[in-house]
Amino acid sequence: MYRIVERRMIVPNLHEFTVEAPQVTMAVRPGNFVILRADETGERVPLSVADWDPEAGTVTSVFLQVGGSTAKLARLKAGDSIPTYAGPLGKEAEISNFGTVLCIGGCYGIGSIYPVARALHEAGNTVYTLLEGRSRYLLYWQEKFRPISTRVIELTRDGSAGYKGHISRLPEILTLEKIKPDRIIVNGCTFLMMRTSGVTRELGVKTIVNMNPIMIDGTGMCGVCRLTVAGKTKFACVDGPDFDGHEVDWEEFLKRRETYNVEEVQPLRRSGCASHY
Amino acid sequence: MPAKPIDPKKRPMPKQEPFERIRNFDEVALGYTLDLAHEEASRCLACKKPRCVEGCPVGIDIPAFIQCMLEADFSGGIKKIKEKNALAAVCGRVCPQEEQCEKVCVLGNKHEPIAIGRLERFLADWEAASGAIEKPDIGPPNGRRVAIVGSGPAGITVASDLALLGYDVTIFEALHEAGGVLTYGIPEFRLPKAVVRREVEYVKSLGVKLHLDFIVGKTRTVDAFQKEYDAIFIGAGAGLPWFMEIPGENLNGVFSANEYLTRCNLMKGFLFPAYNTPLKRASHVAVFGGGNVAMDAARTALRLGADEVHIVYRRSRSELPARLEEVENAEEEGVIFDYLTLPTKLIGNERGWLTEIECLRMELGEPDESGRRRPVPVKGSEFLMKVDAAVCAIGNSPNPLIAMTTPGLSVGKKGNVVADEETGQTSRERVWAGGDVVTGAATVISAMGAARKAARSIHETLSK
Ligand SMILES: Cc1cc2nc3c(=O)[nH]c(=O)nc-3n(C[C@H](O)[C@H](O)[C@H](O)COP(=O)(O)OP(=O)(O)OC[C@H]3O[C@@H](n4cnc5c(N)ncnc54)[C@H](O)[C@@H]3O)c2cc1C
Ligand SMILES: Cc1cc2nc3c(=O)[nH]c(=O)nc-3n(C[C@H](O)[C@H](O)[C@H](O)COP(=O)(O)OP(=O)(O)OC[C@H]3O[C@@H](n4cnc5c(N)ncnc54)[C@H](O)[C@@H]3O)c2cc1C
Ligand code: SF4
Ligand code: SF4
Ligand code: FES
Repeated sequence: MYRIVERRMIVPNLHEFTVEAPQVTMAVRPGNFVILRADETGERVPLSVADWDPEAGTVTSVFLQVGGSTAKLARLKAGDSIPTYAGPLGKEAEISNFGTVLCIGGCYGIGSIYPVARALHEAGNTVYTLLEGRSRYLLYWQEKFRPISTRVIELTRDGSAGYKGHISRLPEILTLEKIKPDRIIVNGCTFLMMRTSGVTRELGVKTIVNMNPIMIDGTGMCGVCRLTVAGKTKFACVDGPDFDGHEVDWEEFLKRRETYNVEEVQPLRRSGCASHY
Repeated sequence: MPAKPIDPKKRPMPKQEPFERIRNFDEVALGYTLDLAHEEASRCLACKKPRCVEGCPVGIDIPAFIQCMLEADFSGGIKKIKEKNALAAVCGRVCPQEEQCEKVCVLGNKHEPIAIGRLERFLADWEAASGAIEKPDIGPPNGRRVAIVGSGPAGITVASDLALLGYDVTIFEALHEAGGVLTYGIPEFRLPKAVVRREVEYVKSLGVKLHLDFIVGKTRTVDAFQKEYDAIFIGAGAGLPWFMEIPGENLNGVFSANEYLTRCNLMKGFLFPAYNTPLKRASHVAVFGGGNVAMDAARTALRLGADEVHIVYRRSRSELPARLEEVENAEEEGVIFDYLTLPTKLIGNERGWLTEIECLRMELGEPDESGRRRPVPVKGSEFLMKVDAAVCAIGNSPNPLIAMTTPGLSVGKKGNVVADEETGQTSRERVWAGGDVVTGAATVISAMGAARKAARSIHETLSK
């Protein structure tokens, strides 16, 4: 059993979730994820690692409450335990000195891109962070990003913080902010990653996305997490989850994500976000 | 002494009726009763040079345990088996006996061989029911530590052999339940999970520690283990599913057998929504392949309520690699076998869901490397099959996680770890391997046989 150190809602529907798992902190790298079960009858849920503390032996994730399993997680309190917490899984994010890197996070991806941004900063990159959300009250962790970013930029659909609008404004924002990125990394919902990849293709900037298909084992055993990248089938859990966003077959990916919609989402959709994918 | 009259036929196995069993996940084969077991045991000729023993990969003294049964000494019988096989309840159920012990039984020359597997199962179940599980003597602790990767039959066998010799043994398992394929792959109706759990508990009772949720290569590497352990055994199985590499394989409704069976077994999808893992209930299902995995997937599909389930296999019935008993069970249950048929394309609707499979008819040509006649396509024989789910059960190879993270470990073309056939020794010092991770997908008993040899070699090396 793994003890919950903290679970608190940081913005509506998004929870910061810290678990005691020293065996994970010994090996975890930016870009890794874990798989957990909320209780003995629960399904296996993948969550990205958003931070960790090797001394305390704890691992933090940020999750969005969408369906049954994340609703169970949202009911957990400090001191409770969960039966499964396995990791770290997946390849680590590619970290080296690329020059200037723009890290884009939306939804739970604001959390999961934090260790990536931090490692890129430590590797000598000039790091810009762009936080995206529907409204100001859905953005978080700005204070964690400031020390490791040259600038933290905000983009909200209602204009309540930073730029107003969608990620389609990215080229314009880059011009206004005078940023010439050598690489862009996006974490968060599928639409954000897909749209970003769409606009950056024209800009000719390599764009890394952090894919989040349905998973079971997370070790390459079941194949449910497969997606097509550059015309080849890949297993996101072992070949990814980071891939080149310009090479992903997005249409197929979106369809595969809907496999269990009838069973899971329809009866349970709680998220205020119209399209958490 | 006049020769004993030969009783030509095996006692049939009592089973759930097909119409009943396709509506539940309970075990199909109910096991011999005391009377049936006694009658079947009486058929044995107690050969002086028993060929059956040679047919068993772990060399169980078959005539000896059968003799015990005839004397109603069941505890003596199970003891005989356990000298060689710690997983009797499992092997009695799933060994391909017709290829092993029963294949060479002398009775089989003219008549039906002794139902050795069924008798083995009877004794193992008798012991479990009696509640008095015999534990062999455990040697005094020798202070040496062994790490085992994977809790399938191979890992369990090495663990119990070494624990009995006084080693301090820890098994590391990636999933949240132990047992390997016995837990996540082979369905409840063929191998009840209670049987597997019993075996795992037995190994733990010998002092073996079990770490679940621990992915070797990720959580810790083999290199890190080498600093803490005197020996490492890799029994990680062959868990990476193959696909056919034909168009449309990523459509919704197309599953690997591992996904289909894992959802159902490990994650208890058949109990959805009590258990949270959902499972698609399809009405027309096609399963590609002809081995045990394909039979299990097809019969699972029936139990999940499919109207029609097809096994699509490119060769003919006599080439099916599955256990004969399971082929017969599948036939009785109404699985439709499309022999000499090759799927060439999966076709979906605009929402990305599988709707049809394009297939080709085959005919058997010249024998290939495996000695079986090679199927060749019949020109212009394309036809369409309407389905809403397809399960790919054409094979697995070892998962690359360990090989990728263990420098210097020799790996073959299909990702299998290279190990000495007699000792299980790999190219890395103090690292052994055995089971499916070395041979590719094989059988429970062959994994156990390899594991036993590795345990012996580990003991010899560490006692030097
Ligand atoms: C590598 C990886 C990292 C992830 N990291 C995070 C994270 O840090 N924070 C976070 O909030 N979410 C993350 N996700 C997504 C998260 O796993 C799902 O939101 C969660 O499993 C949904 O479970 P549920 O029962 O609450 O919802 P469900 O009722 O199961 O489904 C709700 C929606 O999520 C989709 N979904 C279902 N199961 C999965 C699954 N296993 N993976 C992805 N989507 C699924 C469904 O298609 C549906 O649209 C990650 C997914 C992956 C693969
Ligand atoms: C559906 C199905 C039906 C079958 N039916 C039969 C049958 O009727 N008769 C028969 O004899 N054989 C049958 N087999 C084959 C048989 O089950 C296998 O040959 C046997 O289980 C192999 O044993 P193993 O210990 O080598 O590997 P496995 O049983 O595969 O166990 C390997 C274990 O290692 C774990 N693991 C993998 N990687 C790691 C890692 N990096 N870190 C930690 N743990 C890891 C896995 O999760 C797994 O639990 C069947 C197989 C399948 C899939
Ligand atoms: S272990 Fe398998 S091969 Fe050996 S006697 Fe038992 S059923 Fe036969
Ligand atoms: S070969 Fe057959 S008849 Fe002879 S001892 Fe073995 S099981 Fe009995
Ligand atoms: S989650 Fe099963 S193979 Fe990736």
